[in-house]
Formats: sequence, C-alpha cells, structure tokens
Amino acid sequence: MQIDATKEGNAIVMSLKGRLDAAASSEFETKLSDWISKGDSNFLLNFTDLEYISSAGLRSILATSKKLKERNGKIFLAGLRGPVEEVFKISGFMSIFKVFATAEAALKEI
Amino acid sequence: MTVLTRVRMSAKLENLGTFIGSLSNCARTQGFEQEKIGRMELAAEEALVNVFRYAYPGAPGDVEMICKLEENRFTIEIMDSGIPFDVTAMPDPKVAGGVHEREPGGLGIFFIKKVIDEVQYRRENDRNILTLIIQKD
Repeated sequence: MQIDATKEGNAIVMSLKGRLDAAASSEFETKLSDWISKGDSNFLLNFTDLEYISSAGLRSILATSKKLKERNGKIFLAGLRGPVEEVFKISGFMSIFKVFATAEAALKEI
Repeated sequence: MTVLTRVRMSAKLENLGTFIGSLSNCARTQGFEQEKIGRMELAAEEALVNVFRYAYPGAPGDVEMICKLEENRFTIEIMDSGIPFDVTAMPDPKVAGGVHEREPGGLGIFFIKKVIDEVQYRRENDRNILTLIIQKD
C-alpha cells in the first residue's frame, strides 16, 4: 500500500493507494499517530485509489478516531467506492464518520 | 470434488499476502468476477488473521487453505490445529452507534458471515476446519 500525506489548511490529507489489509494497517496507524504527535488533529482520508479494506483497516481508523476525540480532532472520509464502500456500509461506519464524495468536496467544508 | 489449490504455511501475518494471492488467482481462473473475488479475499483474510492472532497463543503453528470446486460451489477451507474456535458461534457485533460506543472487536467474523453464502465450522482430528462456500452462478 502507498500512503501520501499533505497538509491542506488545517487538515492532513492522507491518500491511500492499493490494499489496506491486516499487513498494512499497522503502518497506516503509525503514520496517523506520527501526525497526531506533531499536533495535527484533523484528517481527511482519501480512498479514491483504495481497492480493498478489511476489519484491520477499520480498527485502525476507529482507534485513531477515539484518540482524536480527546483533542477535539476528527477524521473525514472521501472517495469511497466499490468494495471499500461495501465494507463501510456493512460495518455501520458510514454513520460514524462524515463521508464526502470527493476530497475536493471535503476540503471545502473542513 | 476437485482440489484447485492448497497452501500450508506458518500462521504469521507476513504470510497473508501469499494466501490471499493464491486464493484470488484460483478464483480468477475459475471465471469469478472481481466483485466476488474481493468478497472471498475479505472473508479469507478475516478468517486467516483470526488464526494468526489467536489460534496458537505463545507457540508457532501452521494454517492450511484449500480451494475446491464441487459442482457449482466454490469452497475455501481454512484449517489449523490451534485452540478450538467456532467462528459461526460468535454473536454479531453492534454495528450502530457513535465512535465512543463502537468496539473494534468482532467485525472480521461479521464480515465473513455477511459476504459469504454459507459458512460452516467443524472440529475434526484436533483441527479447526472453517468452510466458506460461494455459489458459482
């Protein structure tokens, strides 16, 4: 999996490419933690190029989100499609996160 | 019943890619479309990762995956010799509520039940045998 992160305004935009499976989720969670320890607390996860996610990926997102609650930070999601969207729907995660169609649409509101 | 592929490796996360790669190649060869292959990959990953994490506490062990075809049924069998664990007996997690109310556990097994047509478990010769059946239409 490839993770690219850029700072846009007061949010870190993290674009994920490939597969967020159990083998990749710890690296993903570590990257999020690194930004949090630098003081950042708003994240936009751009899943436009994400092909696959499993419960391990969701667990990382949930764990990070709980950590951010204490800092009044938030995770926003964009670009969910195909199997990734299906997993979010089955798990009920669509209702716990603010989901945008595209990263551009999300950035206008964050 | 035709055995299409068989992979046996140590129950370690680093082997996940080999198991999943082998499964998707096999399903692709059988003519499954990507959408169904993605669901198989998800269910197999969740089952395998459970074995990696919990089947052999503090000790090494193996996990074996066999893909079979029986008439119109594509079958993935995942077997380990670890502690008995019946995936089908696990209650479903809570999938509603806000971030605070959600607990991270149990989702993997829930995904298996949701995306696979039929899930069976049996304990045989001291092995856990989880069978995931996908209808080939």
